[in-house]
Amino acid sequence: MSCAHAIKLPDGARAQTTVNPCTLCAPLGAALASAGVRGAVPLLHGGQGCATYIRRYLISHFREPMDVASSSFGESQTVFGGEANLHRALENIARQYQPSLVTVATTCVAETIGEDVERLLGSYAEKHPDHGAVVWASTPSFKDGHVEGFHVMVGALLEKLAVAGGDPKKKTINVLPPIVSPADLRHLREIVQGFGLDATILPDYSDTLDGVILDHYKPLADGGTSIDEIAEMPRSVGTLDLTLTGIAPRPSAVLTKRGSTARVLGLPIGIRATDAMCDAFGEWSGSDTPAWLAHERGRLLDAYADGHKYVFGQRVGVFGDPELVAGIAGFLAEIGARPVLCATGARNRALRLALQSLPADDERVVLEDSHYGAIEDACGRLKLDLLIGSSKGYRMARALGVPLVRAGFPVHDRIGAGRLLLVGYRGTMQFFDAVVNTLLEAKQAASPVGFSYL
Amino acid sequence: MAFKILDEREGQVARTRKGSTVVLDCNRASVAGSVSQRACTFCGSRVVLYPIADALHLVHGPIGCAAYTWDIRGALSSGPELHRISCSTDLRERDVVLGGEARLESSLRDLISRYSPKAAFVYATCVVGVIGDDVPAVCKRVETDVGIPVIPVMAEGFRGTKRDGYSAATRALLQLIGTADASDVGPLSINLLGDFNVAGESWIIKNYLSRMGVAVVSVLTGDGRVDEIRRAHGARLNVVQCAGSMTPLAKAMQERYGIPFIRVSFFGIEDTAHALYEVAEKLGSAEVRARTQALVRDEIAKVMPELKRYRQGLQGKRAGLYVGGAFKAFSLVRALRQLGVTVALAGTQTGDQEEYRELQRVCDEDTIIVDDTNSLELANFLVEQDVDVFIGGVKERPIAYKLGLGFCDHNHERKIPLAGFEGAVAFAREVHATATSPVWSLMPRRAQRAERPLATGTETP
Repeated sequence: MSCAHAIKLPDGARAQTTVNPCTLCAPLGAALASAGVRGAVPLLHGGQGCATYIRRYLISHFREPMDVASSSFGESQTVFGGEANLHRALENIARQYQPSLVTVATTCVAETIGEDVERLLGSYAEKHPDHGAVVWASTPSFKDGHVEGFHVMVGALLEKLAVAGGDPKKKTINVLPPIVSPADLRHLREIVQGFGLDATILPDYSDTLDGVILDHYKPLADGGTSIDEIAEMPRSVGTLDLTLTGIAPRPSAVLTKRGSTARVLGLPIGIRATDAMCDAFGEWSGSDTPAWLAHERGRLLDAYADGHKYVFGQRVGVFGDPELVAGIAGFLAEIGARPVLCATGARNRALRLALQSLPADDERVVLEDSHYGAIEDACGRLKLDLLIGSSKGYRMARALGVPLVRAGFPVHDRIGAGRLLLVGYRGTMQFFDAVVNTLLEAKQAASPVGFSYL
Repeated sequence: MAFKILDEREGQVARTRKGSTVVLDCNRASVAGSVSQRACTFCGSRVVLYPIADALHLVHGPIGCAAYTWDIRGALSSGPELHRISCSTDLRERDVVLGGEARLESSLRDLISRYSPKAAFVYATCVVGVIGDDVPAVCKRVETDVGIPVIPVMAEGFRGTKRDGYSAATRALLQLIGTADASDVGPLSINLLGDFNVAGESWIIKNYLSRMGVAVVSVLTGDGRVDEIRRAHGARLNVVQCAGSMTPLAKAMQERYGIPFIRVSFFGIEDTAHALYEVAEKLGSAEVRARTQALVRDEIAKVMPELKRYRQGLQGKRAGLYVGGAFKAFSLVRALRQLGVTVALAGTQTGDQEEYRELQRVCDEDTIIVDDTNSLELANFLVEQDVDVFIGGVKERPIAYKLGLGFCDHNHERKIPLAGFEGAVAFAREVHATATSPVWSLMPRRAQRAERPLATGTETP
């Protein structure tokens, strides 16, 4: 980040004022990660508004109940510290939810006043010797956005909870995904099981944020990875870390330090990226790719053949979380489209590096730590055929007259965000169809003829 | 596990009994760990000022506060749409350490030169309050230079509740009101306070007023314009709709400019008719009164047949509602009663003691009244009270749906106008569509219970 304290600002991203943010705040990512642990309640140490805004935001995407507690800072906590409020919040959460875990993430105000959360949790443990597990992550949004907050919380969960020693469990592997959909998480597990392995996925909110309807209301939704499963993670035979564009140090480093081996890959979107993932599963399991998965691969190739001409040379803008952007850009290159704009609001500066494996393209613009004001300007200059990203790009797509395929987070102008499948051969095929059909629809709508065969 | 309300919250829940009211222990900070549905001071100020469409709204703080309030309301504009972009000083660690004033000043100048707004509002968020930026001084300096009002909104989230944010917005608006000549404003003129033009509601109300012969000097703040707000002191009457957020402003304008105010609601046909008659009465013109009578008669005649059809499908159903302010709750209780629906649960985020007394009076016996509730309480109350349809905001929606109940969005994110006579029909249509949908008969809770099955939706008009 460039110097911002002088009135005359130097050129560069930070010289620009942020207009229409392309990131949410770090505690949102931490709360989302927490939703993937069984029986966990996320608690934000700070103001009430932060928790409520984050809940509203997550609910508008997942359309599921999502409770996020707050230690409800007022003026006196801001001046004198929030110890009593943090303790009361933990007590009240315990009373209402009987959680197996509380995850604490710090908001800007708690970070700014320098709350020593470690100490506050220590004094809580003294008062309540039989209290349940509490994991804390430092998530100041003047440093990090939701992407980093998500990974930081995963790292904190592993650091504190993944502690079991003992012989490696030959039939279990770990998966550390970035922010993906519940459908993606389910499919990842299905693929792992296809190789005869069991998966511990952290976080796994495939059920908690895409649940069924019961005859009663559950304060804590079913599902998620249990604390016991997290404890065993160092014993897994391998760790698939899908956060190529994540943070340093990687959360998976905790597991490798404690005995697991890790393979770091990008999101498995497309043939090559999914092959790379399946190779890892093949090595860890010693099994061949299951027949059903090989068939899905074949059908995806068949789809590529059917659709390749419609996408060839198309100029595409991709925006959102870095993992998603890198994964989709790789897929686009694989099918002959041109990802000429790759943009993210994440601040971790990992996207540009991840995109170096793409075929060179003189026109490609990569924006990091960016915002929609700048992204829209770039889109206008680049004369795009297609945009791929979250609902936050809808206004831009509409203003530019460019069709938008929705992917990532948040998708709050359509239903079924939790069911958007992007990973694996199957997810890629669905996505490929959506991309091709969106281009065909745009062509059809713009045509004066109205062909009904294309 | 049996559900139990947190001890600290017991005084915030009551059950209506004939002839007696309970005093609620309300208007206090949310209990830590309770998972309140409330937001913060910043939120209160932001929702009130947000619809002013030709002003720049700059959120001074780290990115979250701006990100979560980008294009969040369905507040429409007939012209400029500056309110629909989200500007932030996006403070980083360095700014937090060294102070954010320089970044604020450069952002302000940059945005004002880029968008040429008629005024700028600068929202101070939590961090700014802690690091001690002198926001008013920066605003003053830029204002002097660029020649438009640059108004600080001191809304640090930790300063209080959402209600305190309304006061911050009031102080900001008072800096604009009275700064332009209003000597040409005629006697039959009002300001409409507390309508935010969600889904075009201000336009519906303005249409009625114009047919009555009443001029609207400004709407605070729906489809808001800076120049109109500057002339607001010329109006003869302030008509306050969202009483929770706008009564402080109405009181201040009464003190400062001698403008009387009335509190009304445009939700439901009874309340809308009553509101329009009140306006006519207070302006004291026989002509306006006669036009109002004709208007109400015509409008009611237009909507009654459709309302009656919805009533047939809804008769006997039970509703729960949880809204921001109490005045909306009063209106909803009446509007639902007119549709044959009984309110069995009514709560607000920001009601005061007097408002809760009134809410208990307007509700039927055995209604749960609740202040600053949380999601677990809501889920339990909905089951306990055997509710069929829940009226609230997006945060409450999945609670209703998970229980297999209908839901109607009455919050500021909705895209359907619910004000006025046509709004009353839209509301009835919404409630009817959700409460009588056949999907609920498939849900486990309903499927098991044959004694009071839901209608099958066949009577859709």
